[in-house]
Amino acid sequence: MNPSSNLDIAGLEQVYDRLATAIDQAGPEKSELFLVKLALLNAKAIGRPDLFEAHIDAALKDLPA
Amino acid sequence: MHNPSHLPRPSIYYNYQVFKPWLPTENGTQEKKQVVIVGAGPAGMVTALELARHGVASVVLASDLQFSQGSRAIVFTRRSMEILQQVGVAHRITENGLPWHSGNSIYRGQKVFRMETPLDPDDRFFPMINIQQQYLEEYLHDACAANPLIDFRWGNKLVHAEQAFGVVTAHVDTPAGPYQLETEWLVAADGGRSEIRSAMDLKLEGASFESIFVIADIRIDLPFPTERLAFFDPDWNRGNTILMHKEPHGIWRVDYQLPPGETPEDALRPESLQQRIDAQLKMIGFEGTPWEMDWSSVYSARTLTLPDYVHDRIVFTGDAAHLLPIFGVRGANTAFQDAQSLGWHLAYVLNGISPEKLMANHSEERVGAAREIITEAGKSTRFMAPPSRGFRLLRDAVLSLSLTEEFVRPLYHWRTSRPHEYKHSLLNSTSDDNTQFTGGPALGAPPQNVQLQHDDFLLDHLGGGFDLVYVCQSQSIPHELLHAVEAAKNNGLPLKLLAISDRDIKVQGADKTLFDPQQRFQLRYGVSAGGAYLFRPDQHVCARWLEVDATRLLSRLQLAVMQ
Repeated sequence: MNPSSNLDIAGLEQVYDRLATAIDQAGPEKSELFLVKLALLNAKAIGRPDLFEAHIDAALKDLPA
Repeated sequence: MHNPSHLPRPSIYYNYQVFKPWLPTENGTQEKKQVVIVGAGPAGMVTALELARHGVASVVLASDLQFSQGSRAIVFTRRSMEILQQVGVAHRITENGLPWHSGNSIYRGQKVFRMETPLDPDDRFFPMINIQQQYLEEYLHDACAANPLIDFRWGNKLVHAEQAFGVVTAHVDTPAGPYQLETEWLVAADGGRSEIRSAMDLKLEGASFESIFVIADIRIDLPFPTERLAFFDPDWNRGNTILMHKEPHGIWRVDYQLPPGETPEDALRPESLQQRIDAQLKMIGFEGTPWEMDWSSVYSARTLTLPDYVHDRIVFTGDAAHLLPIFGVRGANTAFQDAQSLGWHLAYVLNGISPEKLMANHSEERVGAAREIITEAGKSTRFMAPPSRGFRLLRDAVLSLSLTEEFVRPLYHWRTSRPHEYKHSLLNSTSDDNTQFTGGPALGAPPQNVQLQHDDFLLDHLGGGFDLVYVCQSQSIPHELLHAVEAAKNNGLPLKLLAISDRDIKVQGADKTLFDPQQRFQLRYGVSAGGAYLFRPDQHVCARWLEVDATRLLSRLQLAVMQ
């Protein structure tokens, strides 16, 4: 993962709330599409395919059965 | 008994000529042939013309009595035109086709991506030109019919081919009954459903996509220029893609994807076609504009190739060798490159210049090309017709983002067919200065055309053998080089020496002097006086030298023909 992250607890909580409300705002039909768009925008901002792939691997872990 | 139809095929713009069948009863005993080509489509006819160019006679077997049904392949690339120029038909396509160089991707009524391929003054041909396949076949057939080395046999259907001890026996059926034809080589140019391939139980490798597309040709008056139009996820066909291309004679190709589960039979019902075409016309603002149907068909995207095109003395070419997706115009455009490659390789073996193993190089180069195309086309296909839920989500996310986000728009790029670079050809070697060049096409690359003077281009002068293009600084060429060229010619190698000069002179000893007043060749090829490019018979770069010398030229030529 990105060791130079400066997302502090307050920042994380801000992202947490905003993402949750945005998923609700997109609605059950469109939330998946919304999340993929968001992932692509984040990938662009990160600018590193290898780091993005590490995020994918991390997110694929421990998906509940 | 083979009885092909004598009824002209229906068409609202093309008058089909029904040719007379070639009958064994009207012709004498058949002596053994050098080459029999099964199939009279673009791949078969270009192979015959290219073989003839190298002095090799062939028999072309056409199962039907007329050109193929419907417009089929309609978009031809610049490299295809360059190859067709080599076999003498490009000018007829230029006269009658619709050239273009721009494409548009439209989503939610917004043009989200436009690609304009700039027109290079050094190119004779446009990046693309549209013409219906019947015309292409007609022009190729006219060229075949005018060539005494090509024995064109309408109404001749290959039933079975067997090979033993370097001889292929072709069992052919005709309207007057069957006959046998012995040949040294048999070319299977019998299309995507190749019966020769099936009978030999050869397996294609690769992937098939489930999505089915309808192709419909309609005559309609639409005020759009000749450009590619791609519509993504329109209201009338959610989640799917529609393509439109303009053809000569007021015909438009409409190409749309079917929703999953719909059968081709249902999709091709007249009511279904009418409803969808009307919906598409409504979407582009031409609801109610009268139109007339010419032809319709279905296809599915496949990325498949045989792993080897040469099976002893039976050689597969064009769609018989591989099935490539329509996106990026890769069918016929790949077939021309296959046929051109096959033509010279096979001719050099038959003419005794090269050993039979040269054919392995043909197979390796063209299978490599097919695999490269498959990788590229796979990307386009995954965007145009997503094969899974994940791919569909990503594609939809890109469509949605593209309305406001610039960075995703290049994903609309359709990766048009481009010629393969034979970087790893067995015919390449390090006995040249390739790695020291800083510009120009590299070893194995297709040629870059150059406009020498008005309406006079480099590629007008190449082909039919090896071409050594030598940049001259004076009126003469070093004696040693001339002797080397002479020695190669005396050894039976088809070789032309072309001198490039910025003065309007005749360079002594050259087969031809090309007058290049603005030194465009030097500029585009990154070479100066004393340097040279050697082109193969398919005009790909065989070797290049900053300073050419006789010894390296001769050893290079021997290697290039596997002597």
